[in-house]
Amino acid sequence: MKYVYYPGCSLKSSGKPYEESLLEVFKKAGVEVEELGGWNCCGATAYMSVDESDAMALAGRNLALAEKEHPEGRIEMIAPCNACYLVLMKAKKQIEERAHLGAAVQDAFSRAGMTYRGEVTIRHPLDVLVNDVGLDRIKELCTRPLKGLKVACYYGCQIVRPYATFDDQFNPMTMDNLLRAAGAETVEWTSMKARCCGGTLTGTIDSAGQRLSYIILKEARRLQADVVATACPLCQFNLECYQGSMRKRFDDDLEMPSLFFSQLLGHAMGIKRRKLGLQDMLVSPRKALKACEA
Amino acid sequence: MKSLEIERRIKYESEVNPDFGKEIASMTGGEDLYSCIQCGTCSSTCPVSIYMHYTPRRVIALTRAGFEDEVLTHNTIWLCASCYACTVDCPKEIRITDVMYALKRKAIERGAYPRRFPVPALAKEFYNSVHRSGRSNEIHTVTKTFLKTNPLKLFKNAAMGIKLLLRGRLQIREEKMEGAPAEVRELLDAVRQKRKGLEQEAAKTV
Amino acid sequence: MDTSNNGNKPGQERAKVGVYVCACGLNIASKVHIDEVREFAGTLPSVGVARDYKFMCSDPGQELIINDIKEHGLNRIVVASCSPLLHEHTFRKACEDAGLNPYHFQMANIREHVSWVTEDMELATEKAKSLVAAAVERVAFHYALEKKRVDINGNVLVVGGGIAGITAALNLANAGKQVYLVERQPSIGGHMAQFDKTFPTLDCAACILTPKMSEVKNHPNITMWTMSEVENVSGYVGNFTAKVKHYPRYIKEDSCVGCNDCIDACVFKNGKWENEFDAGLSLRKPVYMPFPQATPSTVLIDPEACLYLMKGKCKQTCVDACERDAIDFTQQVTYDEVEVGTVVLSTGFKSFDPKRMPEYAYGRLDNVHTSLEIERLVNSTGPSGGEVVLKNGEKPKSVGIIHCVGSRDKRHNPYCSSVCCMASLKLAHLIKERTGAQVYNFYIDMRTPGKGYEEFYDKLLGEGVHFIRGRVAEVTDWAMTPEEEGKLVIRAEDTMIGMARRIPVDMVVLAVALEPQPDHEDIRRTFNISCSKEGWFLERHPKLAPVSTFSDGIYLAGACQGPKDIPATVAQAGAAAGEALALISRGYMEIEPNTAWIDPDLCSGCKTCLPQCPYTAITRNEDKGVAEINPVLCKGCGTCVGACPSGAAQQHLFTDDQVYTEIEGILSHV
Repeated sequence: MKYVYYPGCSLKSSGKPYEESLLEVFKKAGVEVEELGGWNCCGATAYMSVDESDAMALAGRNLALAEKEHPEGRIEMIAPCNACYLVLMKAKKQIEERAHLGAAVQDAFSRAGMTYRGEVTIRHPLDVLVNDVGLDRIKELCTRPLKGLKVACYYGCQIVRPYATFDDQFNPMTMDNLLRAAGAETVEWTSMKARCCGGTLTGTIDSAGQRLSYIILKEARRLQADVVATACPLCQFNLECYQGSMRKRFDDDLEMPSLFFSQLLGHAMGIKRRKLGLQDMLVSPRKALKACEA
Repeated sequence: MKSLEIERRIKYESEVNPDFGKEIASMTGGEDLYSCIQCGTCSSTCPVSIYMHYTPRRVIALTRAGFEDEVLTHNTIWLCASCYACTVDCPKEIRITDVMYALKRKAIERGAYPRRFPVPALAKEFYNSVHRSGRSNEIHTVTKTFLKTNPLKLFKNAAMGIKLLLRGRLQIREEKMEGAPAEVRELLDAVRQKRKGLEQEAAKTV
Repeated sequence: MDTSNNGNKPGQERAKVGVYVCACGLNIASKVHIDEVREFAGTLPSVGVARDYKFMCSDPGQELIINDIKEHGLNRIVVASCSPLLHEHTFRKACEDAGLNPYHFQMANIREHVSWVTEDMELATEKAKSLVAAAVERVAFHYALEKKRVDINGNVLVVGGGIAGITAALNLANAGKQVYLVERQPSIGGHMAQFDKTFPTLDCAACILTPKMSEVKNHPNITMWTMSEVENVSGYVGNFTAKVKHYPRYIKEDSCVGCNDCIDACVFKNGKWENEFDAGLSLRKPVYMPFPQATPSTVLIDPEACLYLMKGKCKQTCVDACERDAIDFTQQVTYDEVEVGTVVLSTGFKSFDPKRMPEYAYGRLDNVHTSLEIERLVNSTGPSGGEVVLKNGEKPKSVGIIHCVGSRDKRHNPYCSSVCCMASLKLAHLIKERTGAQVYNFYIDMRTPGKGYEEFYDKLLGEGVHFIRGRVAEVTDWAMTPEEEGKLVIRAEDTMIGMARRIPVDMVVLAVALEPQPDHEDIRRTFNISCSKEGWFLERHPKLAPVSTFSDGIYLAGACQGPKDIPATVAQAGAAAGEALALISRGYMEIEPNTAWIDPDLCSGCKTCLPQCPYTAITRNEDKGVAEINPVLCKGCGTCVGACPSGAAQQHLFTDDQVYTEIEGILSHV
């Protein structure tokens, strides 16, 4: 079956390695995706802070667009970015549950030539890979297993909270299971694996935000992880790109590669480094990956 | 060493907004606002409550009591990173994160924050950027925000920015969405008009 | 039992109706023109006398009725006044006193249904007239009915042998009644037997409980059955038949003296199975004594652990060791059937399983315990001989006690479990006494309502226990400072101070909620009672009838009706015994005749009505091929009457004639 692919703004810029590696993994695993034509920004957390109906309409437009392009049947939309994933689900719920706003939004959709049927289900790539493709198939495809690589799987907040969808809210395991199927060893760290990385605070209120990301990296290091794997472009950005600032602020020579899980998975599937965006990382994973290749 | 100056702190009933609590309770997420037993789980589980002037629990108490100014002018609502830990852990299932969003919207509506405070400034820049082009652009949004609030930060993060730029992970050019971004603008305007209309109708029938 | 119509055919005699319109002071008169209604009533064809009066329920009011019946030969009475719930029985009695069958009476409610709910006086008066017309038309079709009497068997079944069941059983037995006490565990005593001390007096639980357990065992009027369950109950108030299932101990109870030689001799050198009485903190062998003061003081063999019972192959060293030849592997499940008149349910509660809250790390990190487990630790007969110790055998230097685990939580149990604040204070005191540790209680509200409870809290405040008002969000082993390394860290907002705090402790105690027993649905169905939304057995009225149920003859005692402490449990058990005794002492119960009955000539045996009855009052007579209603179980709800396709099911006081005429009466003046 074909999935609608909603990349979200970050996957075209700071999260480019996520898109590159994810699409490669999907190709190998036989997951057919088609990018949603004319998609717009989901609004992330910013829109909901400014205007509620705007936020619902902005995010909801993508759902209505998908329904316009696929007028028959149910639609499965893959949203790799955690924030997009949650915002799209939230918009769907709110349009259906909030009387005035839902009606206003639906009305605006119909005037723009779209109808909202509520037929879109939003999926996360972790969910699709583990539950639709299946771990057995993934294992088969991993011709270059990540033997000896110790991964700290970091889920972030918004795929496990507030909605309990495809994974346990306290101790999610889909990424762990996925990367274990790819041959890696994963770390047990319920204290950190779904603890907030700081979101946008790392840029605005750095003392607070960067500390949140720092303690995650510190714990990963304490547990002797070789690399942190993430599923969200903002989480990955926070965990990787501020390490220079963290070293100064916390007087700690921290250096922990932080990758997208699809990059690791793709590597295990034998896909070339260039195609996985591995050369575009600020903290090089070269040493860690070389060690496991041996 | 904190100042030993004397400050007189008392709140008279004429100074509180008796409708504020109900107002917030009528917004999305505020349905169970009055069920709060002030247990403090939200503050306990919140990863940034240690930086807040008022912890989330206190914000709920202040909101219900009508202390509108305190709630909208202190840093709590802006520090909320929407991690939803409070929402999931609240024993009364109060959607605290959504209450924070409602308070953010109220604060922006009333302009109740310092102009150079980066969090609402970023939200507004993001909003404007998407309104204009249908997609968000990190360099533009962040640069504009820092210029407005704290230009020094630009220099601090310049090195990181350049590294990302060189690796193709930041775009200078604004990415345009397929189809006219005007569609998005029109949609949002239509929604806003319709919503105002529906609200007016509802107010009449009450 | 005779279930046919009571005799008189409706409409046999010409009705001569007396109508009395009550002003009820100003309650009705302020909204209804009383004299107009009375005049109107007088114009109705079958009405012989029409009066109005200020307070019909008073003695002079009732005298009016009685005199009129005698003087004017009235044979039907209508009173237009308040709700039948209040005074139907008053006026029925007045009729009876005048020699008229009390069921020749009908009430029209012109207070709750008219004056209290209508604004306009003219409209109210017209409505009152309609209701009076309806009552007058209907009452002509009333026929004489008699209350039925049911004898009450003096035996009592008490289900559950905790402190509630023990109290009820002793009260009843001392009153001379034969009591069957059924307990599913191998010993009576319930949860109270597991405690060390009880609040607020810090009485030793065993010291106050074991004499009662002994009394129960030795009482000539109590038949104590342990390892037993009530499998099924049939009958109705005063005449229940209960089938009791006895699980085998594989020990002859009369021979065993509790010497425990068999346990020492068992082929298993060490215990391997979780000891239920010790809340899983210690291990036992297949043959074991539940606890030293178990009553009866008899060992038992676990058929799912014993080698011989599982595989048939064992050296049977236990048999060799037993000097009394008490071991009997051939024992089977047996049954007993008993006839009782009343039942007291005292099946108790179970604890909330904190694994359902992974943030508290129960089962994941060491040294996180439930309050019940700590009770066993501090108990001298427990797994550590009364010492509070960590997994590594050392005493804790700091302990955190978390209140409200699973209580006051919409995601688990919305209610407050009532006893855990006091229990947590008690444990704080005992832990501090035994270990000298720093003790921290994390609470939302401190609930200490009972006698001596607030004083107990005050005592604790002076003992150096730290009280932090803040519900705990998580218990973690992730350390942020050197002092937290290797400890359990409790994170909470100290709401009184207004800051988040992290307290490192060696041991965490979770004060878990009280919940209904896991099989409460099965139990309630066996006894034909209802449960509340959370699963507690439902009392007849939350304020005025806390020990009776909607099934006559079934009473509730103890935590099975809702979380409560020991004093309340004992009080409630006494009350349940008292109500049972009141019924037994009177010797009979009168059943209202507004029950349904089935005309066997019209019944086709289609069985539509059988599953409809919420009180399982309908059975099928296989010989006659028709349905029959037990008028004692029937509550007159009318469901079967509505369901019956042939009209065979009818209800006294709600026959088709009566109901249709009433409707016509309303419509005649609308």
